[in-house]
Amino acid sequence: MGTANSSFLAGFDSVGAVDPSLTSAPPDTPESPGRRHKSARRRLAAAGVVLGAILLGGCQLPTFGAYKGSTSQARSTFHLWQGFFIAGLIVGGLVFLLIVWAVFRYRKRSDDVPVQTQYHTVLEIIYTVVPVLIVIGLFIATVVVENKVTAVEPNPYTELHVYAFQWGWEFQYDNGVKVIGQTTAAPTMVLPTGKTVRVYLRSYDVLHGFYVPEFNFSRYASPGYWTSFDLHVLHNGVYRGQCTQLCGLYHSLMFFNVRSVSPAAFQTWLHTTGAFQRQHPNSIGQLPAGIHANINGTAPGYSGSSGNTGNS
Amino acid sequence: MTDVIEPTQTGLQVPEVPTGEPHGHAGHEDHGPSGILKWLTSTDHKVIGLSYMITAIAVFYISGIMALVMRLQLASPHSSLLSFSQYNALFTMHGSLMLYLFAGPFAFGGLANYIVPLQIGAPDMAFPRLNALSYWLYLTGSITMMLGFFVAGGAAQFGWVAYAPLSSATSSPGAGPDTWIMALVLTGFSAIFTGVNLCGTIFYLRAPGMTMFRMPIFTWNMLVTGILILIAFPVLTAALVMLFCDRHFDTHIYTAVGCHLVNGLPMRSCGSPLLWQNLFWFFGHPEVYILALPFFGIVTEIFPVFSRKPVFGYKGMVFATMSIAALSTGVWAHHMFTTGAVLLPFFSLLSLLIAVPTGIEFFNWIGTMWHGQLRFTTPMLFSVGFLFAFLMGGVTGIMLASPPIDFATHDTYFVVAHFHQVLIGTAVFAGFAGLYYWYPKMFGRMLHEGLGKWHFWLLFIGFWVTFMPQYVLGLLGMPRRVASYPSNLGWQSYNIVSTVGAFIIGVSFAFLLVNFVVSWRKPIPAGDNPWDGQTLEWFTTSPPPHHNYTHLPPIRSERPTWDYNHPDALNVPHGKAAHTNGKTNGKVRAGV
Ligand code: HEM
Ligand SMILES: [Cu+2]
Repeated sequence: MGTANSSFLAGFDSVGAVDPSLTSAPPDTPESPGRRHKSARRRLAAAGVVLGAILLGGCQLPTFGAYKGSTSQARSTFHLWQGFFIAGLIVGGLVFLLIVWAVFRYRKRSDDVPVQTQYHTVLEIIYTVVPVLIVIGLFIATVVVENKVTAVEPNPYTELHVYAFQWGWEFQYDNGVKVIGQTTAAPTMVLPTGKTVRVYLRSYDVLHGFYVPEFNFSRYASPGYWTSFDLHVLHNGVYRGQCTQLCGLYHSLMFFNVRSVSPAAFQTWLHTTGAFQRQHPNSIGQLPAGIHANINGTAPGYSGSSGNTGNS
Repeated sequence: MTDVIEPTQTGLQVPEVPTGEPHGHAGHEDHGPSGILKWLTSTDHKVIGLSYMITAIAVFYISGIMALVMRLQLASPHSSLLSFSQYNALFTMHGSLMLYLFAGPFAFGGLANYIVPLQIGAPDMAFPRLNALSYWLYLTGSITMMLGFFVAGGAAQFGWVAYAPLSSATSSPGAGPDTWIMALVLTGFSAIFTGVNLCGTIFYLRAPGMTMFRMPIFTWNMLVTGILILIAFPVLTAALVMLFCDRHFDTHIYTAVGCHLVNGLPMRSCGSPLLWQNLFWFFGHPEVYILALPFFGIVTEIFPVFSRKPVFGYKGMVFATMSIAALSTGVWAHHMFTTGAVLLPFFSLLSLLIAVPTGIEFFNWIGTMWHGQLRFTTPMLFSVGFLFAFLMGGVTGIMLASPPIDFATHDTYFVVAHFHQVLIGTAVFAGFAGLYYWYPKMFGRMLHEGLGKWHFWLLFIGFWVTFMPQYVLGLLGMPRRVASYPSNLGWQSYNIVSTVGAFIIGVSFAFLLVNFVVSWRKPIPAGDNPWDGQTLEWFTTSPPPHHNYTHLPPIRSERPTWDYNHPDALNVPHGKAAHTNGKTNGKVRAGV
């Protein structure tokens, strides 16, 4: 898919020349009222768990190995991860210490037969009820974050149709721009920073997994039905993505990139590339033989018909 | 040991128990065929159980070698050791062999078959011939599965879950996938028959006095496993038959090809790939507990014996096991969070809730050790190893039960690390604990303790070295089931550590082989009850006679052999423990 890629870059480079800020991260992240509202809800979430206080100061906590997240959705997930990690550390640590204590303290010391204790009802009730309470806390935190992560805004800034195939990706923008790339030439998805983008995801053949590690997010691309989610990228940058669901021979090589740029640069890129692709239709990459772009019927989202998520 | 009982000494209060053979003929085993023919035609649960275990352990070693080859491949980013298709075939076969043909059959075909009738004082399984059929189906299935490597196109390459439509005839042509399907249908029937047999045996063949609430926890867990098998495996078998039809008769049950709208309705052979996932995991998640409960049962036998105490919280344990089983039928879609097509809160809540009964079991195991006299023999070491491994796997499992965290880690190495810690905790640590524990019963000889400890410590170290780095890899974003990975992302060093750990595990299992050879060449006699065992199986000879018991001790609690050997140390209720101090005041508390 060399041609696809070079045409894509051709469009992009011209934009890059116009706007040098593309490559450097912007100093400020837009802090819209919507976002402040969200962090208030995050507070609510935290109140649900015993660890609420710790969660609120989430920023000072270590990352525990996870990405802080480059979308607003990913941030929520990241804080949930911190909460779960700490809860796991406390509960797991406690059980760990109990085991270690039992193992060292009660090593065989004599041939005496120990007291044959078999039940301790109070203790048994405690270690049934306390875990139930912990689970309720974890569940509340989960539901709050999950609702944020899966929420779709009624009026996204733009919509994107993503098709996965063996072994590559096709990104379709609503002005007709298409980016197609396969194994050796990974395609790049261009997104506007600080705006909410709706992604409709589907597969042309087998299952694939749309996964961007720094977005703390993955979703299956499946044939037969559409699935959708919102991305709200916080910073300009390039984020690597990869297929996570086994999809056959070259599953290991199914890469893509996400490049987030300022909304202005995004618009310029979209129009430049659109114009270029209209003049040079052949510059758009080809899908592998055997895939017919229309097997999925009408795509949802265009002209507001986003309700169509069934077989079509 | 001093307290080995000679069966001939167990006189007096012993009730006569029908053993299925006329009186006076108990010793006559050698009528009928002998040698290999005897083995081939045997319907004795002990012979069948042993055949199961030997086959399963062979499968384990074969599959383990595949794992090592894969780890070698992953030690460098673009290794040329394996081609992509070879790698895909290897993890498919490694996973399938380990899950379908090692862990399950080892536990419910092998150990349960051998031990359950002994623990409840039964002369054999309820349906001995069905039992034999189970084994032969299992063996045939195992061979069929491995034959996949020798057919044109090679073995199946769609992972152990065979997701549609990758498993369709278009995407996975060739006979390899078909042998995979056939193998699972065969072993599926074998499992179903064993499930029937276990339930029948436990419900109908308990010795006089062996009430349900006096059964050892191992037997309880095998009963619950048997029921789960009956719930889960028929669904898998049916799903596989449909997959086969899709592949050969164009039924399009799982493929969306051919779907189009006529007057707004989907028409003509419009299948659903999601259906496969739903059916598969409706089997698959109970299956995960089919692979866990038997092993919980094993360690619940071992902790009391080596702590010289009864199981702590016996009844709570039984109910915990039942609720795990019940919950496990309602959590299947937590494997499908990222499809975007399941009700997240429902499946998340049920999955998180499984932590509660599992926690109860954990506390009961610790409570059993509490104030005990712990002897760190090999079975005990492996059981403690199980606790640590399963704790880690369990904690990360709770994280994965939360959909947002699952979105971030699904199908990455985080999951690979998680399920290996759970499965190695159960099937390997607890499974081999059971082998070390019951080996003396099966052969009348001990396994060598020194070699056993080498086995344990190397496995324990190798286990953490292999799988802890994989959590990091997962969080960094390394997907599972990849044969190569970019070299500029800093993933290689973690992979090298993981590979080194895998080879430490490999070495540990060489010690087990040596141990088998040593026990075969230079037997260490075990006597009938080398560990001061508490449950019924330690009452009979090692190995047990043809129909297991010539006579039985009175069964008044859930540990008749202990009661028989330690008449002054019966179970006491907690509150009275300090006063009675091991002596009974005439009341036998347990089991009433
Ligand atoms: C003895 C040490 C073991 C090592 C070093 C090991 C290694 C591996 C490796 C390298 C993979 C492929 C990972 C990937 O590419 O995604 C894998 C997959 C797997 N292993 Fe293991 N494994 C071991 C033991 C086990 C055991 C004991 C079980 C089960 C009882 C097991 C079950 C699985 C399963 C279910 C898969 C997934 C297969 C699939 O993706 O379809 N493994 N293992
Ligand atoms: Cu893919």
